[in-house]
Amino acid sequence: MRDLSLHILDLAENSVRAGARLVRIGVRADARKRIILTIADDGCGMDAALLERVMSPFGTTRTTRKVGLGIPLMAQNARLTGGDIRIESAPGQGTVFTAELHGDSIDCLPLGDLAGTAVSLITANPDGPDFLLECASPQGEMTFDTREVRAALDGVPLNEPEVAAWMLEAIREELEPIFGGVIL
Amino acid sequence: MKSMAELEAIRQRTLQRINLRKEDDSENIRVVVGMATCGIAAGARPVMLGFMDEINKRGLSQVTVSQTGCIGMCRLEPMVDVYMPGKEKVTYVHMTPEKVGRVVAEHIVNGRPVTEYTIGAAEDK
Repeated sequence: MRDLSLHILDLAENSVRAGARLVRIGVRADARKRIILTIADDGCGMDAALLERVMSPFGTTRTTRKVGLGIPLMAQNARLTGGDIRIESAPGQGTVFTAELHGDSIDCLPLGDLAGTAVSLITANPDGPDFLLECASPQGEMTFDTREVRAALDGVPLNEPEVAAWMLEAIREELEPIFGGVIL
Repeated sequence: MKSMAELEAIRQRTLQRINLRKEDDSENIRVVVGMATCGIAAGARPVMLGFMDEINKRGLSQVTVSQTGCIGMCRLEPMVDVYMPGKEKVTYVHMTPEKVGRVVAEHIVNGRPVTEYTIGAAEDK
């Protein structure tokens, strides 16, 4: 994984598979360059045993093979910066994934194309879940909510190429002043 | 600044296209991009967005882009399957955003798969 946005894309797919109706993706950077990533869903959640397994590279819900690297790779990249990850989950309660990274560490991955990640997730799942992107830095903050887009489109699917192009530009435009050249 | 009002215009324009597609689904083409951990790490996201962009620019109303998980050939990612009506599935491997233009122009528009990018060509090496 070359940047944080790719990790987010990968991890948010877990929320989709958990049957979430709303997936909230948060990227917040503070003045001390501490970066908090959150992926919170209202999906099926995990019991303690599964929670322990997903932290291990040898735990996966797949039946075709024995490795699952998404969470372990993210954990490694967070720890390299002096940060860590945390997962709170319970059956029926949804899951909140949090990663804390230190942006001033030389090992901190760049943020990457967050708008590309959001649009990939949205167009991969045109019938839901809905996604709420919330970003903030000392430079400002933004939110992007697919529930608003869905309502405005009134029946036109979110994976129409023209809609995807619009969302990509809309999100990029709003992210630019918040993260543009600031995080790494 | 992008506004929600623009979405209304997009809605009007695309509704016609969607209805066309519903009326005649025998012509529908599907592009499926592998987007599991392996695909994403290998660069599937820019490939997927590249297809979206190219299809949008060319106004290809009969093409849909979707995503799938890992099919177990992680070393060949990013992989893309193209389904054309009445033809066998074509699987492209080691895709890049640069290759997308040729696949759209030659295969999706003109119906001739780009053989050198396919899984068959990769396996023969």
